[in-house]
Amino acid sequence: MRALCWTSGGELAVRQVPDPELRNEHDVIVQVRRSATCGADLPLLAGRVTGLAADDVLGHEFVGDVVEVGPAVRRHRVGDRVVVCASVACGGCWYCRQGLPSCCDNGSTEPAEAEAEWGHPVAGGFGQPRAAGGFAGSHAEYVRVPYADFGAFTVPEAVGDDRALFASDAAPAGWMGAEGGEVRPGDVVAVWGAGAVGQLAARSAWLLGADRVVVVDRHPARLLMARQHSGAETIDLRHTDVAAELRELSGGRGPDVCVEAVGGLAAEHRSLADRFTGRTRMPEAIREAVYACRKGGNVFVLNSGARFVDAFPTGAAVHKGLTVRGARQHGQRYIPMLLDRMARGELRTEHLATHHFPLERAVEGYALFRDRPEECLRAVFTPQEPHSPPGDTAVRVA
Amino acid sequence: MGRVGTVFAVAGALGAAAAGSARAAVTRRRAASNHPSRGAGTRPRAAMTRRRDAGTRLPAGPDDGRPGHWQVVTIDRSPQEVLPTGARPEPLRRLGDAVEVTVRPAPGDRGTELAARPVPGAAWPGLAAHLLGDDPALLVRRTLWQVKQLAEAGEQLRADRPPYERTEPDGTWLPPPDRPAG
Repeated sequence: MRALCWTSGGELAVRQVPDPELRNEHDVIVQVRRSATCGADLPLLAGRVTGLAADDVLGHEFVGDVVEVGPAVRRHRVGDRVVVCASVACGGCWYCRQGLPSCCDNGSTEPAEAEAEWGHPVAGGFGQPRAAGGFAGSHAEYVRVPYADFGAFTVPEAVGDDRALFASDAAPAGWMGAEGGEVRPGDVVAVWGAGAVGQLAARSAWLLGADRVVVVDRHPARLLMARQHSGAETIDLRHTDVAAELRELSGGRGPDVCVEAVGGLAAEHRSLADRFTGRTRMPEAIREAVYACRKGGNVFVLNSGARFVDAFPTGAAVHKGLTVRGARQHGQRYIPMLLDRMARGELRTEHLATHHFPLERAVEGYALFRDRPEECLRAVFTPQEPHSPPGDTAVRVA
Repeated sequence: MGRVGTVFAVAGALGAAAAGSARAAVTRRRAASNHPSRGAGTRPRAAMTRRRDAGTRLPAGPDDGRPGHWQVVTIDRSPQEVLPTGARPEPLRRLGDAVEVTVRPAPGDRGTELAARPVPGAAWPGLAAHLLGDDPALLVRRTLWQVKQLAEAGEQLRADRPPYERTEPDGTWLPPPDRPAG
């Protein structure tokens, strides 16, 4: 099959790779209809994350059709159109049973190695370095889905592919930002980041009864989209004192809930001195959220790409009595509810798929996604579209 | 993992024969009070005393006569489900007498705490020692995770095989077992 592969040194290539195979009894094989780029992939492209090998297939947010079913699968059959949660979780451990599937104990093939990275093993992921489980990604014609009864969900007929696609990752992440921040009716909610996750966090806050939702970003086109599709007010951080504006919009109290959804950075600009001393970047959006949030309020951090940061404002968080939380999205918990809302028209996501590319042009799609964020919110690949004759097409994107 | 497991099926048998009565005595000493959760209050003090007496940092590792750390996993199933026959579950059984094992119900109705640690002086024979490197604890930990995964998820999760593992000598891909080539 054809797939978008990480090669080395920041290069991507569309290549011929082996078809996926059933490796466990609870697996299914899915023929991919849509697969989206995600900000979390950008550190992989920039070569800032170790553990990828040549020909590893990228991509983790996808929708498609079941074409093969493992012998222990009960909920799916060949022909089902499914959206698959971007994280791999078993459904049988204590964390999954508590509704915390992204903390799954059994989502990795090497839990002992994952312990070294995070202190404890966490759910696996598609298209990630080996420590995340060793599961090939979805920017391909086919993808293997482990624990399919728990992680794959049949898409209602009323929900189109471009809407269902975002139930895989962006919509559950956005929902979790609002729900995890404990948005209540009457709240003022501020969201940092007007990407797909930020916009869906804003929309989720509305659905949970917020009185006012404000989205902060630097890209006018994304802010316009947030106003049009999420009903949010917006702040362009390039021209505005964000903290002052948020105070004004919240009666001087500060937002009740602050959601950080700025995503991964394409490149980390570090000075020579930073490199010499080992200093990492400052979490600017998190700092701003902590300072802006009202006393006793909630700050929810969605950016899983921020591995280490310096200058976290501990004092402000303590003196203001804030609750600061974070998580990777618990998709298996939210996806059925989100698909229902999508089917009812409460949650529309088609506008997030700003660009479509056949798989053969996936490298171009990533370059656009990375280099022109004001124009491209998400590039979506369509592997079932006719493609050019086989042969490697490589473009340097780093 | 099957390869390692096979090795340790042998290792357990060889180890039991070679290590003799000393290790058997250590194994017999395992008791409820020896469980990491119950003995937690005494171990740090003992460790500090040893350090003072020795005057220098003690060497780490299982070969200095001290037992290594307990490796523990909590399995979200009852002890009866984890050990339905009362015997050690696979693949832990394959480690034989090279490890001591304790089992207890987890507090808060969280299932079963399964703990294991290498027996001091256990003879990890040739190939096994090579696979372990300097850290038998890692093999014990991996094995406990496998027991947990089998009990909770019903299977041992396997990674996708990378392309280089599926390449024929002539450079073509091996097709998946259930699909025709091409």
